[in-house]
Amino acid sequence: MTTTTTMTAVNPTASRRRKGGGQDAVGRGPREGVIPRTAAFLVMGVFTLYFLTPIWWLLIASTKDRGDLFSTNPLWFADFRFFENVGALVAYRDGVYLRWLLNSLLYAGVGAVVATLLASMCGYALAKYRFPGRETLFNVVLGGVLVPATALALPLFLLFSQVQLTNTFWAVFLPSIVSPFGVYLSRVFAEASVPDELLEASRLDGAGEVRTFFTVSIRLMFPALVTVFLFQFVSIWNNFFLPLIMLRSEELFPVTYGLYAWNSTINQFPELRTFVLVGSLLSIVPLIITFLLLQRYWRTGLGTGALK
Amino acid sequence: MTTSPSIAGIAGAAAAPDAPVQKRKRPRVQNPWAIVAFVAPFALVFTLFYVIPIGYAVWQSMLVVEREGTFGEAREVFGGFAQYALVFQNTAFWSSVGRVFLFGIVQVPVMLGLALLFALLLDSPLLRGKKFFRLAFFVPYAVPGVIAAIMWGFLYSPNLSPFEAVTSQVDFLSSDLVLWSIANVVTWVFVGYNMLIIYSTLLAIPGDIYEAARLDGAGQARIAWSIKIPLIRPALVLTGVLSIIGTLQLLAEPQTFRSFSSAVTSTYTPNMTIYATSSIPNVSLAAAFSVVLALATFVLSFTFLRITRRKAAAS
Repeated sequence: MTTTTTMTAVNPTASRRRKGGGQDAVGRGPREGVIPRTAAFLVMGVFTLYFLTPIWWLLIASTKDRGDLFSTNPLWFADFRFFENVGALVAYRDGVYLRWLLNSLLYAGVGAVVATLLASMCGYALAKYRFPGRETLFNVVLGGVLVPATALALPLFLLFSQVQLTNTFWAVFLPSIVSPFGVYLSRVFAEASVPDELLEASRLDGAGEVRTFFTVSIRLMFPALVTVFLFQFVSIWNNFFLPLIMLRSEELFPVTYGLYAWNSTINQFPELRTFVLVGSLLSIVPLIITFLLLQRYWRTGLGTGALK
Repeated sequence: MTTSPSIAGIAGAAAAPDAPVQKRKRPRVQNPWAIVAFVAPFALVFTLFYVIPIGYAVWQSMLVVEREGTFGEAREVFGGFAQYALVFQNTAFWSSVGRVFLFGIVQVPVMLGLALLFALLLDSPLLRGKKFFRLAFFVPYAVPGVIAAIMWGFLYSPNLSPFEAVTSQVDFLSSDLVLWSIANVVTWVFVGYNMLIIYSTLLAIPGDIYEAARLDGAGQARIAWSIKIPLIRPALVLTGVLSIIGTLQLLAEPQTFRSFSSAVTSTYTPNMTIYATSSIPNVSLAAAFSVVLALATFVLSFTFLRITRRKAAAS
């Protein structure tokens, strides 16, 4: 083999990927020729364009005023009006857009925190204790994973209208705090990462079960908790049917539903077009930042959910 | 909700049976109330917002509205399976089911095939700059369905698109193509997500497994096909089930596309039919649609799990 140079170039990345594993990536050894490497790079390069061009376009579009949007190169800057656009968006209708962003953060942020806590306690108990009905409970929860959330939206609407909860904050918030998938993931992860010996030791020290969970186990389960939190966060943030069916008052809308509503009236109110574009761009920034900040945790948890 | 043994299928498919973990005797718990404290909160919200709504939907779907005379007061009375008979006669609903079915059998394999290809490339020594590609491919997952649909809607529109040369030739929003334009949006959002699930599973395979294959002279393609893919089958099954559920739930993207394309009707997908029916309002019929759709999702996911597990057992 003549690839000594590539060997040194590739190997560090290959072995660094395995955190603390100490294994060498033998099977991923660096013996491949130039053609397969070029082909691999081309495939990934072309798809990078596919994935990033729409976002790039959105970024450019939100820096333009209405005239430039149609008359200038859609993939390059013209007159830079980004801050004017943001200012106009924020000022429009007494800052209803900011209100929507705040709503989304409440629905998704607080909702996902509560959902993660409830799901992890339940998953942890399923993993670490034996009690009557344990398997039944787990199977029912797994059945819940298979029930599509949108199939629940209508019956929830009917029930909530019986107790006069439709068109309130609670109508969207309460159903979001249930995460069957979170229970499943927490159980798998607690089994793998919380040793019984540790619980026993903690008991000998006189700590109660609940206290042990909150001081010891929850730390060991952290990657799983981050994963559950993020996926619940994204699914609440993206949930469309529930706000669509539950909410009538504009001031309760989450940001996605608000932008949808604006987009549906663009033909009557063309000035909304810029707001929809700038608003869309701003609304995806918080998610991207959250993912970036937490990625070293959630990727660990992600692997746990799907392996074995 | 059923608790038949087959329900454990998803557990078995996604994680190994946990028998080995339970070999050892568990330490005794001093205070059994702790278990209640852990389980009860979730059990409560799960009952309130999952179990009861499903039960209520089933009950509601059995009701029919009856009037005394033409202008009499409407009352709801038990009507057995009358609504379900209407469901089966509703051609708009069944054509929406057919549409998402067609959508699913094309989009799901394409998306998962791409996700698998990207994950294998990321896991092979062929590629550099893995961190960058991983991130770039995953970014669309942070874009909500509605926003992604708005964005692509603009990109497809003949007069707004940056790719006017293409969109002036091909009408992506025409009735022939709009389904596939939506499929592209869904693929764009979810490929990276599925890629990461598969890739994380690949990373968990110990490297020395490949050693023997290496010594026998197997190349990367051969190793991927004969070793990696069989080992990550559970992750493929998981992503498959999630994608099937996702396809049947299709709502945000087509609903948003209605402002770009008149080809998307108010009953374009089953969920849109449910929404349209509930806002007429005919809640009993809408409830019956919901029940049928939830059952269909359940059955399809199960069938898929069964088939893929049988294959796994055979090989």
